[in-house]
Amino acid sequence: MDTRTLEPLAVPEIAPPERSLPPGRWVKENLFSSWFNGVLTVLLAALLGWALYKIGRFVFVDARWEIVEVNLTNILVFRFPREELWRLWVALYVLAAAFGLGAGVATRVRSEDVRQGRATPPARLMTLRRLGPLLAVVAVFLWFAKSVEATILVAGIAATWIAARAGGRFVPPRHARRAGAAVLVGVAAAYLVVSAFGGVGWERWGGLLLTVFLAVGGIVISFPLGVLLALGRRSSFPAVRVVCVAYIELVRGVPLITILFLGAFMLGFFLPPGSETPSLEARALVGLVLFTAAYVAEIVRGGLQSVPREQTEAAVALGLSPLKTMRLIVLPQALRAVIPALVGQFISLFKDTSLVFIIGLTELLAVSELITKQPEFLAEGLIIETLVFAGFVYWAGSYWMSRESQRLERRLGVGER
Amino acid sequence: MTTLESVSRRPPPWRNVRVLRIAFQAAFVFAVALFALYLFANLVRNLDRLGIDTSFDYLSQPAGFAIPDSDFRSTEDLFAALLVGAKNTLFISLLGIFLATILGVVVGVARLSSNWLVRRTAALYVESLRNVPVLLIILFWYLGVLLQLPPIGRAVEWEVLVVSNRGLVGPGLRQTDDLLVLVVVAAAGMAVAATVWIWRTRRFDRTGEPHRRVLWSGGVLLGFLLVGYVAGGMPLAVSLPERGELATTGGFRLSPEYAALLIGLTLYTASHIAEIVRGSILSVPIGQTEAADAVGLSSFDRLRFIVLPQAFRVAIPPVGNQYLNLVKNSSLGVAIAFPEVTRITRITISQGGPAPQAIVVLMGVYLVFSLSIALVMNLVNRRFALKGR
Repeated sequence: MDTRTLEPLAVPEIAPPERSLPPGRWVKENLFSSWFNGVLTVLLAALLGWALYKIGRFVFVDARWEIVEVNLTNILVFRFPREELWRLWVALYVLAAAFGLGAGVATRVRSEDVRQGRATPPARLMTLRRLGPLLAVVAVFLWFAKSVEATILVAGIAATWIAARAGGRFVPPRHARRAGAAVLVGVAAAYLVVSAFGGVGWERWGGLLLTVFLAVGGIVISFPLGVLLALGRRSSFPAVRVVCVAYIELVRGVPLITILFLGAFMLGFFLPPGSETPSLEARALVGLVLFTAAYVAEIVRGGLQSVPREQTEAAVALGLSPLKTMRLIVLPQALRAVIPALVGQFISLFKDTSLVFIIGLTELLAVSELITKQPEFLAEGLIIETLVFAGFVYWAGSYWMSRESQRLERRLGVGER
Repeated sequence: MTTLESVSRRPPPWRNVRVLRIAFQAAFVFAVALFALYLFANLVRNLDRLGIDTSFDYLSQPAGFAIPDSDFRSTEDLFAALLVGAKNTLFISLLGIFLATILGVVVGVARLSSNWLVRRTAALYVESLRNVPVLLIILFWYLGVLLQLPPIGRAVEWEVLVVSNRGLVGPGLRQTDDLLVLVVVAAAGMAVAATVWIWRTRRFDRTGEPHRRVLWSGGVLLGFLLVGYVAGGMPLAVSLPERGELATTGGFRLSPEYAALLIGLTLYTASHIAEIVRGSILSVPIGQTEAADAVGLSSFDRLRFIVLPQAFRVAIPPVGNQYLNLVKNSSLGVAIAFPEVTRITRITISQGGPAPQAIVVLMGVYLVFSLSIALVMNLVNRRFALKGR
């Protein structure tokens, strides 16, 4: 009897041929492949041309950008005392150094991983292109500032970042954890530089600074709360589950503005009688945190569900206590899987901070509306200019982060493991 | 045997897992209840100190404010005002959902067009609107566009359309007689049309002949409406807007607030729905498209009968989420003084109404809306989900 088995035929995988068409063919295939497509192309091109002309004319000719030029500092920080602005510059330098170091270490770790075959080489995407939207915003700000000092200071920040990143590449990968801690210390230091030692507390911040602070503070504080809620929702104790589910679903069922109202109008009532009511900024932050925690909880729950049961079973078989199983086995895998979704939530929060405008805080959007009521700009109809500018800042931040999160998703291989 | 006995002996309560579990949960519930009670006690004491009533009696107080574009008078009570607000929220949400779905599907399909320009334009639309706060879009349309329109004295008139910063006015319907007959006949027409729809569908399933159910049912409904209109003594007349000194009379008026909120919600939500539609179309295996091409379907038929029905199934849950977001985002009408339920609550609070109760009622209204939509979407999902094991 012939016991030979059939060897599967080895078919070499051939990549599809690169198609590069001559311009004429490209236009025909991509724009005029059928009469319908042709009509569509012509109509859309006419419409787009008209819109582009209008927009271009507005941006470069008609718009009276002086309202933005005059109010640039207001848009950035609003009430922040001008004589303390140096603190913000120092803080930016500290942040640039800290994050540059972190980026350098991360690059080193990654190239190390690639060399040992534990990771695929990074997609070749130039740093400049990645940071495109951010650089565009900085460039526009500098253009409006028309100030040599500001330009030099910003260039200094960029140089600090590059230098710190280069320095970070000399840190051996085994110290990666310490580098992470260094970044956190840097952030804390930057905060202290601005607010401590006779500085300006965050309750007196405004404009873009307040927007960024509310978004970052909101996500950082709501993260541990969200993890606890997610664990509670998946707990084996029915009573814990019910409480967590009730909170999550209640918050997710109502608009953010109602929770901000709750913070703005009611938070003082919940404190013991006679105690001082926190500032409106603090109450808004509490509202944002209560709201975001429920969404973070749902994201983390998704991550927890994505960890295979076998991981828990293996941990139990090794004799780990439930707490250790969660802390050492399940949570690290779950949180790693949800990082891109958390970035997405952060983007939502960044955009949603604009709602504190309604309860009377002066963040980016509120300032954009407020400055049109200055005596020299009143009734001039310049709201379009300021809103377009604010929209551009929001857009650049969100767009940049959403692209970074897509990159992160690919790098972490979410959905591939 | 002694060992067996010692195993089967009950452990003492402090080492019995069942007892411990119950004890832990009791402690947890106790702690949560204690915390809630503490907050509530503070609330009551604070309200007492400020002399604020803790009952819901304020709802039967006269409102003291009028609501534009409604029959609401300031002498009616707050409860009625809230109902008007909830109605406005509901209507603008439903209209927004309808429009955002259409726009979202069109843009989502355009994102995958074979035409480079169409593809790029759709991507530009999605990427620019998705990354901007919806509140900014609404404010832009309200403050930047609609309120910048010429005042009523210099309103732009295009045939039957009057455009000014007091709103957009187009042709509308005016009631001239009792509507009862028309309503009754229309209801009967709808029932008959539905029956015809089912009959045509069943016939199609049985014989395979074209069902043409839209044509059939639409014709039936139109016939009924016509009969009802004539039989009821022609109770409706077309009313064209006429520009006066201070306002337009007649016609159907879209206030700037309403238009801004509707446009903002629609554009923003459509950009999200477009991304979902694109993702769901991409999730349909390429073999389906190739098979449709192989049997000679036109590109429209391919989309209509092969790709979209399968993509639809994947898209239902995330699109339902977007609908929920739209309803919740309609609360941003408060920023531009559109009289929806949040705005009414805001006015109530600023007029000295009790904030705690007002906010609880407001949250209750949104919870009802959210749960209803979630319920409907779940039913739709169950109806269309693949029947698996």
